[in-house]
Amino acid sequence: MKNRLIQTLCAGAMLAATLPSTVSAAECIAPANPGGGWDFTCRQIGKIMFDIGAVDKPIQVTNMAGAGGGLAYGHVVNERADDADLIVAASSATSTRLAQNAYAGMTADQVRFVGAIGADPGVVVVAADSPFESLGDLVEAMKADPASVAIAGGSAVGGFDHLKPLMILQRAGFTDITKVKYIGVDGGADAITQTVGGFTQVMSGDMSEVVGFLKAGDIKVLAVLTEDRVPGFDDIPTAKEQGFDVVAVNWRGLYVPKGISDDQFASWADKLQQVADSDEWKQAMADNGLAPFTKVGDDFQNYVNGLVAEINQMSKDIGVIQ
Amino acid sequence: MDIMSNLALGFSIALSPYTLMLAVIGCFLGTIIGALPGLGPSNGVAILIPLTFSLGLDATSALVLMTAVYYGAMYGGRISSILLNIPGDEPALMTTLDGYPMAKAGRAGDALVLSGVASFVGAFLATIGLMLLAPMLARVAFLFGPAEYFALYLLAFCTLGGMASNNQAKAALASCLGLAIAMIGVDNNSGMPRLTGGSLHLMDGVDFLVAIVGLFAVAEVFFFIESHGKSSSLGVKLEKVVIPWKDIFACKWTMLRASGVGFIAGILPGAGASLGSFLAYMSEKSIAGEKGGFGTGVPRGVTAPEAGNNAAAGGALVPMLTLGVPGSGTTAVLLALLMTLNITPGPTLFTERPEVVWGLIASLLIANFVLLLMNVPMVKIFVKVLSVPPWVLLPGVTMISFVGIYSLSGSYFDLLLMIGFGMLGYVLRKLDIPTVPVILGILLGGHMEDALRRAMVLSGGDAKYLFSSNIAIGLWIAAIAGFVAPMFLRNILKKPPAVTD
Repeated sequence: MKNRLIQTLCAGAMLAATLPSTVSAAECIAPANPGGGWDFTCRQIGKIMFDIGAVDKPIQVTNMAGAGGGLAYGHVVNERADDADLIVAASSATSTRLAQNAYAGMTADQVRFVGAIGADPGVVVVAADSPFESLGDLVEAMKADPASVAIAGGSAVGGFDHLKPLMILQRAGFTDITKVKYIGVDGGADAITQTVGGFTQVMSGDMSEVVGFLKAGDIKVLAVLTEDRVPGFDDIPTAKEQGFDVVAVNWRGLYVPKGISDDQFASWADKLQQVADSDEWKQAMADNGLAPFTKVGDDFQNYVNGLVAEINQMSKDIGVIQ
Repeated sequence: MDIMSNLALGFSIALSPYTLMLAVIGCFLGTIIGALPGLGPSNGVAILIPLTFSLGLDATSALVLMTAVYYGAMYGGRISSILLNIPGDEPALMTTLDGYPMAKAGRAGDALVLSGVASFVGAFLATIGLMLLAPMLARVAFLFGPAEYFALYLLAFCTLGGMASNNQAKAALASCLGLAIAMIGVDNNSGMPRLTGGSLHLMDGVDFLVAIVGLFAVAEVFFFIESHGKSSSLGVKLEKVVIPWKDIFACKWTMLRASGVGFIAGILPGAGASLGSFLAYMSEKSIAGEKGGFGTGVPRGVTAPEAGNNAAAGGALVPMLTLGVPGSGTTAVLLALLMTLNITPGPTLFTERPEVVWGLIASLLIANFVLLLMNVPMVKIFVKVLSVPPWVLLPGVTMISFVGIYSLSGSYFDLLLMIGFGMLGYVLRKLDIPTVPVILGILLGGHMEDALRRAMVLSGGDAKYLFSSNIAIGLWIAAIAGFVAPMFLRNILKKPPAVTD
């Protein structure tokens, strides 16, 4: 019996030790623990790249959680700067944190953003019994008395969910954005609970977070922050058509090290485009509440640069950074 | 009926051969962990958590495995209590009072079977209670805003702090230590890093798994090193096991009452199984009176704490699943597991992830039957485990801790941090300062602070907002009572001293 117990313990330890095996293939770093959005990006894109033959060997996923992606970013910048076999999962959170200098002085131009192939559209949500019927109602009420409306979102103060309503208010000519009440709670579901419970009046989040509550009839979606209405949710108006030119989506994409050649960069961009065009990816997007959003190569790099500049300015305005 | 169809969904998940196998393995490991002195449910679950990641288990499977370990440890704790007079885990402390005298009187087999049956009754009733009550509690969550949550977290600190130690000041000190550690990392309300010393490793704060494994498992190793790895030996021989039907029948009301008391104690955030078994034993003792002979090895003294602590284990799952607030030290560890699996326990868990919740409930029911089988006819196997010398066991535990934590984060920094927590745990236990409030501080401190900060944002800095609803006021009163009452109760109740011989 002694032996059996020791065997159990040893077998467990061996399993744990041998599983992260080292295969010499392309590697995708997910800068977070298993289960989150970045992990999903790596695993899905890596799997589909192999399935459709864009790469010869399965892509190895490494989880490198820490500092909201900062540890992985530092690792790539400092230790893997010319590794052509490395891709790293990124999202709006990556560009937001870079814009706010949250990666200990590292900047967005220290890597190359290779592309995004899917996005979670931003939404502005109120409780089903809310007096606000349109985005215009809400903005007018906030302009009249900013303290009367509190917003809940799933990201911390200064995070993307906070910035979305601020962008809308700025477009509407409201400049005193430090007066806006925002509380960051633990994820979109919690933000909705607070809003339905009447503790806050508005929830700012992503489409995938609100679908369940929308079906349950607990909430109204005042606006979706995309260019066009989202397929499958055709009765939800965009902010743009209500007169507020704000497009804010939580994109899912990749970056690669700075030091690789232009050919290698173009090769990854091409592989990513192949994934975007595949049926497997369309299915994965549908299963996870993502909307089509494909930008690859230099086009995407320019988009990220613009985003970083805009968020940087706004973060200064609200005082998240100096 | 809603519950029936949900339960059917649950069983369809739990009865898949793979999940069933995980439940059986979990029960087995859990019983061993519970039976080994020092390895309680919370450190057992903490040690095994990294394995679920390495094995690549999905959320439901991981949860099934871990709760099976949890329930199993609750069963197993009684074995060393009865045979060695050393509680296998904290909640099994009360079982030593009557279990060991009974074993010394030559009724070790009877005591083991009785306590096994009592464990089954307690856990079974609690699982039924979880099934019926949890969806109701879930609807209450829309009533909980920042002010209410702040008061709720405060209640958890106060009740746990009041019960986990004989010394209020030490429990409070431990809580504050945990709160201070929880401060490390990026401040949610300003985005500014705090107490990180500029290190990116500390930006996300201290991972609670690192703290838990360090404080419990690594500290345990230090204690064994200190005691020169003295090997454990069986104090009482176990001959043959027969089922004492007469005693089981005589204890039926005791088991039912103790289950009720335990379940309610379990639901209270922070109270947990130790409180459940303590209250169950004390209430049965006062019902039986002087002639009940509690403390001399009577069957009711064995069944009451065991039914109580197992019912509390089930009860503690209610607030964890529906509110995201753990009801005990072990559920705090389970909460950490859930959050790492990207499942946010809370009011929407029942509607958003029914397969997780009902799969869990169904497998708890199954695990309970498996445990009854393991712990009554097969109890001799587990008795043998107790003869594994610690110098073989502890290195294994150490190895699993290191490999597990490293596979979780891939960072040697976390390993150093874990050793640091191990040393902290050693020092704290030397000073007789409970470590559970430290864990609770790390785990809940951030949430408690966030709730307070949110409340302040919403009210524009008005402190009266914290008392703005009846629920909040009620929780404040309960919190203050929970902290103060044990100081007076202790003098009235007089915790019975442990049997020393």
